[in-house]
Amino acid sequence: MRDAFMAALTEQAQADPRVNLIIADIGFKVVDDFVAKMPDQFLNVGIAEQTMIGVAAGMASLGKRPIAYSLGNFPTIRCLEQIRNDLCYHDLDVTVVSVGAGLAYGTLGYTHHAVEDIALMRALPNMKVYSPADALECRAVVELLPTTPGPKYIRLGKNKEPRIHEVQPDLSTGAPVLVREGSDVTLIVVGPIVTAAIEAADALAQQGVSVRLLTCPVIKPLNIAAIRDAAAGTVGIVTLEEHTLMGGFGSAVLEALAVNGWRIPVLPLALNDAAASTVGSQEYLRAHNGLATDSVIARIADFTASV
Amino acid sequence: MPYASTSDLALDARISAMRMVSSAGASHIGSALSVIDIVSVLYGRVANVAPDRTSDPDRDIILISKGHSASGIYAVLGNAGYFPLEWLDRYCVDGAPLGGHVTAHGIPGVEFSTGALGHALPYGVGIAIASKRDGNARRVFVVLSDGECQEGSNWEAAMLASQHRLANLTAIIDRNRLQILANTEEISSLEPFADKWAAFGWEVVDVDGHDHDALEAAIGSAHERPRVVIANTTKGKGVDFMENSVPWHTNSPNAEQAADAIAQLEALREGIER
Repeated sequence: MRDAFMAALTEQAQADPRVNLIIADIGFKVVDDFVAKMPDQFLNVGIAEQTMIGVAAGMASLGKRPIAYSLGNFPTIRCLEQIRNDLCYHDLDVTVVSVGAGLAYGTLGYTHHAVEDIALMRALPNMKVYSPADALECRAVVELLPTTPGPKYIRLGKNKEPRIHEVQPDLSTGAPVLVREGSDVTLIVVGPIVTAAIEAADALAQQGVSVRLLTCPVIKPLNIAAIRDAAAGTVGIVTLEEHTLMGGFGSAVLEALAVNGWRIPVLPLALNDAAASTVGSQEYLRAHNGLATDSVIARIADFTASV
Repeated sequence: MPYASTSDLALDARISAMRMVSSAGASHIGSALSVIDIVSVLYGRVANVAPDRTSDPDRDIILISKGHSASGIYAVLGNAGYFPLEWLDRYCVDGAPLGGHVTAHGIPGVEFSTGALGHALPYGVGIAIASKRDGNARRVFVVLSDGECQEGSNWEAAMLASQHRLANLTAIIDRNRLQILANTEEISSLEPFADKWAAFGWEVVDVDGHDHDALEAAIGSAHERPRVVIANTTKGKGVDFMENSVPWHTNSPNAEQAADAIAQLEALREGIER
């Protein structure tokens, strides 16, 4: 997904000189092609995330379209006040990008996990939030950028995630994207954890539970009417994300349903409210933090049977 | 220009600011009085800006990082004709345009909303880099407080500005030596302040921050690297009981104190050289 992002961004920057890629010294070998093609649209500010966002804001105030790129929680939490005051307060056209959503950098430890970023970015005014699940969704998100003014946040996976879509989805309405049809329960996923969701859906099919599976790469603004419609005819909605429960995608769905008075049963599956105290692969840490695929399968089956 | 000299502008602004904070019960009069000369010289003499072309794409950019000096900034802008003088009468009133920290939202002459410290220098570096990339000759001026330099983001930005030899960037530090609770040197010392900036690769100029000619020379002359002007000021300048006084960062003058202060300021009018 990282390579897909950089390829799509490089194309966009070649067509639009206002696009400036700003990094905080992250991206070994990843940015080389961009730099070779457009050295004057590239800036490495050093290990200085606050300055990365401040500089991006200043450049955007003159009409440039900066992309501020870093890893894990660094481009969001380290410089949260710069995002809030410099970007969101001034509604500036800057896209903040984090590679390594959720537990992607599992072995690097909790300091490198991006598991609260959706909640924090979603809470900020004017901010738009995207979490693509595969390379095609990633490209579709990049293609939204030129026509979406103001601050934006993209939560990338790492790299080499399996492709789940046959064709590039249309994200213009923000509606969730159908991955496979099903009739008993609706499972809506954000990000690359969709691969675990596919595994779960297969296992549930063996148990006679038909799962309608969708992804929802556009988290804010949330198209809750489309989410409601997507769940029509099923018992309810299960959300799945590699993010803490509080303020994440499932939380967003529950808030929006409540605000609209739409009474649809929802089971939000998310990470435990805990700092990962162990290291391990992404899959290992998912299990350690409450999202083992077996447990996901069992909880969806229970939910489907009980509502 | 609605004023005879920047000294007249600064004096009118001091009196306006005193009225504003007193009627609003607002803080930060000491900070306003210390920065008003710097801001008057910037808007009135040095920068390529004017009230009738606040959207000119080639104007210079003035950023006020010490957003809490809003009463002083707004007093200068109002008296310089950037917006109706009557706006000053409704400082911090419900629904009024002017509040306790500077905002660019609907206020002509203000480029960037601040209040949290340590934000404007990185932003100014972004403008300076983008201007260089565009081949635009505009200059960027960032006004900081001295206490604010305890925020690390300023030093991140200082390093980057030096790396890119941003000769179009000038920082002016209102060095009044007082922060909310005490002298800066008693809390987290800034000295040797000039040496710190020099070590970060900046040209450093030390001036009397209330001497308009000295400020104009220091801020206005061309330089080859980013320049910092350390403007040595007196917090509460112009009012004897406020000068160098820690409480007047936070306190608001009551009607009697404001009248006394304004009388002292009015008495300075005769001494202005024109």
